[in-house]
Amino acid sequence: MSVLSRGFRRGRSQERSDGRLPPGQYDAGDGFPVLSAGPTPSTPLDRWDLTVHDETGERHRWSWEEFRVLPREAVSVDIHCVTTWSKFDTRWEGVSLDTLLQDAPTTARFVLAGSDGGYTTNLPLDDVTGGRAWVVDTYDGRPLAPEHGGPARLLVPHLYFWKSAKWVRRLTLLPHDRPGFWETFGYHNHGDPWLEQRYSGD
Amino acid sequence: MAGTALQRRLTWLTAQVRDNRSESPSVHRLVLDVPGWPGHRAGQHVVVRLTAEDGYTAQRSYSLASPPEEPDLHLLVARLDGGEVSPYLTDELRADDQVELRGPIGGFFVWSAAADRRDAQEGRRPVQLVAGGSGVAPFAAMLDHHRRTGSPTRLRLLYSASTQEEILARDVLGPETTVTLTRGVPAGWSGEAGRIDADMLRRRTFPPDEDPRIFVCGATMFAEAVSSSLLDLGHSPSSIRIERYGSSGEPS
Repeated sequence: MSVLSRGFRRGRSQERSDGRLPPGQYDAGDGFPVLSAGPTPSTPLDRWDLTVHDETGERHRWSWEEFRVLPREAVSVDIHCVTTWSKFDTRWEGVSLDTLLQDAPTTARFVLAGSDGGYTTNLPLDDVTGGRAWVVDTYDGRPLAPEHGGPARLLVPHLYFWKSAKWVRRLTLLPHDRPGFWETFGYHNHGDPWLEQRYSGD
Repeated sequence: MAGTALQRRLTWLTAQVRDNRSESPSVHRLVLDVPGWPGHRAGQHVVVRLTAEDGYTAQRSYSLASPPEEPDLHLLVARLDGGEVSPYLTDELRADDQVELRGPIGGFFVWSAAADRRDAQEGRRPVQLVAGGSGVAPFAAMLDHHRRTGSPTRLRLLYSASTQEEILARDVLGPETTVTLTRGVPAGWSGEAGRIDADMLRRRTFPPDEDPRIFVCGATMFAEAVSSSLLDLGHSPSSIRIERYGSSGEPS
């Protein structure tokens, strides 16, 4: 089927024998590439908040101080970017979406995450509950750097990393799916790296 | 950050290499013939896939350096020492070889003369391009597209290259372009010298009161520095679109 590339060989650093590298990915090692479509926003912490909305309006709002005293979890996870780098054993701290969305209305099936700068991404509720998603403010023991999404970003490690919206400020609960920013530009609606759901139609 | 919806299936196409030539000491220009190519807009990119004999595959993204009007697809590939894919593309790939690619991808970092004709209000806003190194690739497509369509949209490029020898896409650089050299200038150089900073942006780019649409493309450090200087000058965040690449990852 596929066209063989005469003389092309796997790079040495790309080998991993433990089955943790999804198809088509390579190990970025110590690097942590940065990708985003617009400038890095800078919201002062005294003006930062995180809100949960549903179709009828705001359900919850946490200021930075209120967010920081919510029950916290520390996680160590592998992350996979659609541009084909993966990074292993990344350490984060933050608040589980199980905590933030614990009284979600029963009609809610999807979440649209919204960020400073206007970025959005859509996720099924089932993908962000059950201990599979967090809003994190700490990376590798230090406050999350602005270019990596600080002060706080979404972390949904089992999906391609564009779903882990940087600079997240709002989670909107919806009964129906609504494509986010990259999803309307031809990226896959779900984004499972193990199924290589990179682009529309994969 | 609104955009037109694009929900089209992206299939792998077989590209025939027409030419693989040196563009500068560190960059090659790949010229590809891609039967079935659906067309693209200036600024979009493709994913190139290589397959080894043992079935191992590697994919990398490259901006298209050629405009929609050009039937062949041109890629500018920077050779990264120790990389897995780029040395193969620059050093091994020859005319008549085949590679797989799919695209076009990305509908945000694009400029189109036709869209400016349809939307007169948007079309009156000038277009400011700011490139670092091989980040000039999507802008080569935009400049060529601008010229071939005779577009009335005002357009400028500020382009940072390390040395004169590393200036890419010279055939499409015209009076709209200012080049700055960061590692020394030759005798008689009439362009800028040194890294792009707020002062150079003030002198060489459209000011905020002209409300330009700004596109920035380059390595992460470059894109962060340029976009934060643009914000300091008073440009609005929503007027700035960024394509970043490389950075601290493994060479590829």
